[in-house]
Amino acid sequence: MRGGWLKIYALAYLVFLYAPIALLPVFAFNDGTIIAFPLRGFTFQWFAELGRIEALHGAVLNSLMIAVTTAILATVLGICAARSAARYDYPGKRGVMGFIMLPLVLPEIIVAVSLLVVLLQLGLSLGAWTVILGHVLICTPFSIAILNSAFQNLDRSLEEAAVDLGETPWSTFRLITLPLVMPGIISSLLISFTISLDEFIIAFFLTGTEPTLPVYLWGQLRFPQQIPVVMALGTILVALSIILLTTAEYFRRRGVARAGGKDTGGFL
Amino acid sequence: MSLAQKIGRMRRTDAASGILLVSPTALYALLLLAAPLATIVVFSFWTQDYLTIDRSWTLANYRVAVTEPIYGQLMLRSLWISGSVTVATVLLAFPIAYFVSFHVDPARKSLWIFLITIPFWTSYLIRVFLWKVILGYNGVLNSTLLGLGIIDAPLTFILYNANAVVITLAHAFAPFAILPIFVALEKIDRSLLEASRDLGENRVTTFLRVTLPLAMPGVVAAVLIVFIPTIGDYVTPRLVGGPEGLMIANMIQTQFLKLNNAPMGATLAVLAMLIVTVVSLVFVALNRRFLRRQQ
Repeated sequence: MRGGWLKIYALAYLVFLYAPIALLPVFAFNDGTIIAFPLRGFTFQWFAELGRIEALHGAVLNSLMIAVTTAILATVLGICAARSAARYDYPGKRGVMGFIMLPLVLPEIIVAVSLLVVLLQLGLSLGAWTVILGHVLICTPFSIAILNSAFQNLDRSLEEAAVDLGETPWSTFRLITLPLVMPGIISSLLISFTISLDEFIIAFFLTGTEPTLPVYLWGQLRFPQQIPVVMALGTILVALSIILLTTAEYFRRRGVARAGGKDTGGFL
Repeated sequence: MSLAQKIGRMRRTDAASGILLVSPTALYALLLLAAPLATIVVFSFWTQDYLTIDRSWTLANYRVAVTEPIYGQLMLRSLWISGSVTVATVLLAFPIAYFVSFHVDPARKSLWIFLITIPFWTSYLIRVFLWKVILGYNGVLNSTLLGLGIIDAPLTFILYNANAVVITLAHAFAPFAILPIFVALEKIDRSLLEASRDLGENRVTTFLRVTLPLAMPGVVAAVLIVFIPTIGDYVTPRLVGGPEGLMIANMIQTQFLKLNNAPMGATLAVLAMLIVTVVSLVFVALNRRFLRRQQ
């Protein structure tokens, strides 16, 4: 085996990374209200209870709506920036791109409070749309990071050939560029959707009277008797995220293969 | 040449198309990031009395932030916790990045990276909460260790204090540290390592004198990308930190949402950003000097 000790360390590290998620289903199916060992028995009770909580359904719908809108807006903004970064050169490009990517490292609480102050100063009421504004801001850098590689792997001679054969710039983009970067776009949509669905801090500050799913969950974590239900919900969410991410990864790899590039791995 | 002609000519140049294309995104960032950040700075010089905001410029908030010991204490603790998280995360992450880059079959590298990033994408709140379950008095870790007879009484130093915050954040930010280091290691020309070995260096000295300096940009990126956001983390200190583990972000939140003192919250946010920026710049400068001396 290559790597020896390093391999053992890497496997131990994966256990550390997966420990919390692995415990989730254990307690979601555990027939006891206290989240601790020893386990008591197997039950579907907590999953069944999920179906009966009205407030939860509202929060899920609200979150889904916010996540879909965010994914679309962030990806459109991401396409503009990534395409411009990969294809064109202009003065101040590094500065502009660095600034757009800034939310990637900025503490979320700073983004959240600064948006909150501006919105309140302008006298606007908080709601789903204010959460969307914040989420688009933090999802766009991720979208750009994914799309950058898609646009950079693109062979420019393909586009030039299309123009030489009489296509307009727009039809070239639609017929040649777009299909080639489509896997990247799908991957970006899915990642933005996942980030938005999961984001808490910005949603906590900017949500109005209708909470998003994480904000609702945050409220429930205070009540010990609600914890098993939260575990059940968490299990569903994790399963969903893994499916979405696997799909995103599949499309990203297909995109890399389609553009004839070498896979360097990872979204970021 | 008329203005219209000039603009027409501009539009055909590459630079103009690039600027035109990036402008929606840049404009969005300008309106929703730059403007709000500027507002926060302005706010930090105002004061608030219950619901009315006094717009006369004053340094009163900064004076309070410096003189009231609670703020300084929280700031120092946040720096200390973020620093510990950064050191722990990067030290734990480096061997993983090294393993994936140097010992994993190239065809399976992206699978490893994918496996490493998955936990990061699953619900943050629930992950943090589960650390509470793992580290608690009757938690998974304690009951396992008790059951195995390794300890006689539950460990209490791992929940509701700064240690718990460090463990949880080191878990949450793992991919952020692994990925930049991995990318830097991938870029290293393998023939340099062979050359070093041919010239009589052993594996350890090759690592110290060739691999590590070349991987340094990745390590620096990892340090910054972990250190900067963790200082603003709000959920982890609240859930697993206990009273001893609260950080500056919790105080910022309290000022904004509970005490209704937005200007004070803004001041703390500005100070936190300033301090983080200064620490990051000093770190980058020190690292540059270190690398230059190596050469």
